[in-house]
Amino acid sequence: MEVLILLLALFVLSLFLGVELITKVPPTLHTPLMSGTNAVSGITLVGALLAAGTDGSPMLVNILGFIAVTFATINVVGGYLVTNRMLAMFKRK
Amino acid sequence: MTPNVVNFIYLVAGVLFILGIKGLTKPKTAVRGNLLSALGMLLAVVITFLNISNVDYTYVIAGVAVGSIIGGVMALRIQMTSMPQMVALLNGFGGGASLTIALAEYFTTLGAAPTSFVDMLAPMAVDTSAFGIGAEGTFALTAIGLTVLIGAVTLTGSLVAFSKLQELMKKSYGLPGGPIGNGILFIAALFAIGSVVVDPGNMAGMLAIVGLGLLLGLFLVMPIGGADMPVVIALLNSYSGIAAALAGFILGNTVLIIAGSLVGTSGLILTQIMCVAMNRSLTNVLFGKMAPGGEEIDADEIYAGKVTSAQPEEIAMMLEVAKRVVIVPGYGMAMAQAQHAVRELADAMEAKGIEVEYGIHPVAGRMPGHMNVLLAEAEVPYDKLVEMDRINPTFEDTDMVIVIGANDVTNPMARDVEGSPIYGMPILNVDKARNVVVIKRSLSPGFAGLPNPLFAMNHTLMVYGDGKKAVVEMTTALNQA
Repeated sequence: MEVLILLLALFVLSLFLGVELITKVPPTLHTPLMSGTNAVSGITLVGALLAAGTDGSPMLVNILGFIAVTFATINVVGGYLVTNRMLAMFKRK
Repeated sequence: MTPNVVNFIYLVAGVLFILGIKGLTKPKTAVRGNLLSALGMLLAVVITFLNISNVDYTYVIAGVAVGSIIGGVMALRIQMTSMPQMVALLNGFGGGASLTIALAEYFTTLGAAPTSFVDMLAPMAVDTSAFGIGAEGTFALTAIGLTVLIGAVTLTGSLVAFSKLQELMKKSYGLPGGPIGNGILFIAALFAIGSVVVDPGNMAGMLAIVGLGLLLGLFLVMPIGGADMPVVIALLNSYSGIAAALAGFILGNTVLIIAGSLVGTSGLILTQIMCVAMNRSLTNVLFGKMAPGGEEIDADEIYAGKVTSAQPEEIAMMLEVAKRVVIVPGYGMAMAQAQHAVRELADAMEAKGIEVEYGIHPVAGRMPGHMNVLLAEAEVPYDKLVEMDRINPTFEDTDMVIVIGANDVTNPMARDVEGSPIYGMPILNVDKARNVVVIKRSLSPGFAGLPNPLFAMNHTLMVYGDGKKAVVEMTTALNQA
């Protein structure tokens, strides 16, 4: 239960930090912000690796783990690459 | 590796994500910010990879390989005009990942998984303390249930948003009863979560959460029209973050919670900004129709005999004496792929000493910042892209406004006609400029279904036709002059 409270504290503080940070992003960068946060939400890859199941896991868990790893990797790779592509266009000048 | 080392690296990764988003507050530091964020991701993934044991690596490596190929190809091939579709898909994958993680964790902790569909329907006797004793168990199961629900809603909702943006789904479908139908689905899903919390072995309950969530995602987004997509995409973005944070609670993982809550707030704030820019509440966008006007507004009455049209060459002649021009782009510019042509017109004008700026309405296009990305692709310097509040006071000193592919966001009825369905929506006051040129295919109404009195004003000229072609003709005529 102690751990849970700590995680909850982390969650609430991150929400406040998020509000402070995001409100400072100018409208011109809102699309890269969305694709960039898509990439960040690919952090579920960490969760997917942890949940992917072990050698002895039932087949269903392995399949779910595979889907989770695939989806999260698409977000990480696709998200960062496309954000970088967009931001490079803003930087050019 | 000790858990302390792993958690320390997660903290470093979390800090890098925060610095990454901080970098996005300025165009100059944005690329570096994105790289910092990517570095954080790499650290978090590598340390996790090194730390897991007994994992069946076949599935993990196959997943990373397939995901990298799909993600890489999508990111490198996507057209900038299609960015809303790409973000919609990424939202969906994010939701899907959280959904499957929660399910995998559920079956692993349960210590059993069904091998057939029939298996799922039979209740199973399990050790109820597997998920934790007392409040801890309740919390763990609630977190799993909510992650499954939000993940499922995000998955199908985003796929519908994608189909609408890609114009694969053109009509709007909804549940009978609209919001009430959705409400029933939602309450049923909450009951299903409750049933799993009470009896963790109730796999049919878990299956019901998945099914109801998938349906709810479909029916929430299907009735929503194209121009409201900026709100929907921002909201689904938020859901994918919330689902990731909840998954963090399931796994007791700090970095998932930090990253997920940052994404969740980002999506919510963008949703809020989009709603304010349309002067509509979130409930109204999701469930409402636009309020019908007091009396039927007759388009013919507004337009009859008052609309003047012109040829691109005539506009070019007028531009020769202009000192300041503002270009107002909308979704039509994206449809016509006219962003490069518009930049060339601006170049031609600047070569004649005309000051050119772009007026960007927050909901122009199909996602937040859509127009900015398109114009950045056409190499328009970002300091020329001026947001609504700053460009509005300048229209009175503007010789000509060129509206290309925008409609409702310039409709003066939103400002002047009390009782009009869009009354109160902030607009670009283009009608205050000395001359207005509207490039449009016809006088057809925009998403709000209203006639636009701007088109009938004395100082407005309509240039009918394809946006790109009209702009190119203007540029040619201006260069020859």
